[in-house]
Amino acid sequence: MTSLRVPVSPEDHTQGDPKAPCTLVEYGDYECPHCGHAYPIVKRVQAHFGDRLLFVYRNFPLTRAHPNAEPAAEAAEFAATQGKFWEMHDDLFENQNHLGPRLYQKLAVKSSLDPVALADALDSGQFQEHVRADFMGGVRSGVNGTPTFFINGVRHDGPFDYPALIGAINAALAESKS
Amino acid sequence: MSDILPAGTPAPDFTLPVTPDQKLSLSELRGRPVILAFYPADWSPVCGDQMGLYNEIMPEFQKHRAELLGISVDGPWCHEAFSQARGYHFPLLADFEPKGKVAREYGVYRDGEGVSQRALFVIDKDGKIAWSYLSPIAVNPGADGILDALEKLPK
Repeated sequence: MTSLRVPVSPEDHTQGDPKAPCTLVEYGDYECPHCGHAYPIVKRVQAHFGDRLLFVYRNFPLTRAHPNAEPAAEAAEFAATQGKFWEMHDDLFENQNHLGPRLYQKLAVKSSLDPVALADALDSGQFQEHVRADFMGGVRSGVNGTPTFFINGVRHDGPFDYPALIGAINAALAESKS
Repeated sequence: MSDILPAGTPAPDFTLPVTPDQKLSLSELRGRPVILAFYPADWSPVCGDQMGLYNEIMPEFQKHRAELLGISVDGPWCHEAFSQARGYHFPLLADFEPKGKVAREYGVYRDGEGVSQRALFVIDKDGKIAWSYLSPIAVNPGADGILDALEKLPK
């Protein structure tokens, strides 16, 4: 049973009630098609569970396989400093086939962020360390590809289609009650 | 009950093709830790599959001066094409002839299917298995066990 080594903290990017009985952590890569596929599924799962679920997203860019994954992750971290992480996260997944510097500029403007500051942040590698810390935390937690989900701290080894995630989260909720 | 060689066992030496015209022996790597990753087959349709993951994590393995070797029963030409297509920076060994011989010696061959299990070994610099792990075939074991084992090796 592989478990999350980096506990969820206020430093994380979260959606939902921090006191929710179930936490779903996703380690993802913005250029990975499987994560792109999971993106709308996670939204449905969130809608289904409402305040029973806390969702957390952490970076796991497969930089050797996906050349745009790292800058995309850094762009989202830049957005986070202005309180716009989730907008950027969503925009990146919705524009997964067009990742690149022009897209990040466009998305920055869309979220009322300063595109010049974003470009500077990407050039200087300001958020590289943060993304790397996410990545290594994931490696030490047994992340084995993207997306990797942890439900209440335990790595989910089954499929991540909608019924499978609903089932796994329901099981975790039942267990947390007993 | 699994036959996988446990920690404490000397790692069986072997000589296998690493490219279509070169061979590699485990004993050549004596003096540094070796990570041996057995996997069933090349070309699984997943980005960030097990070998891809290790390719991303190599800098961490290199911090321990560990050499990473992937090994499956695929032939050396298949490995060469696969490695080039995915941009792997570590050798893939062909446990091709006799088929699965090395996997059998490590206790990780699946007779019925004719492929090796997903099994990991960390071998210390003196050629002894320091840690081994057999993963369910459908589950990518990730790298956390490898890194934990490398950290526990005496310096």
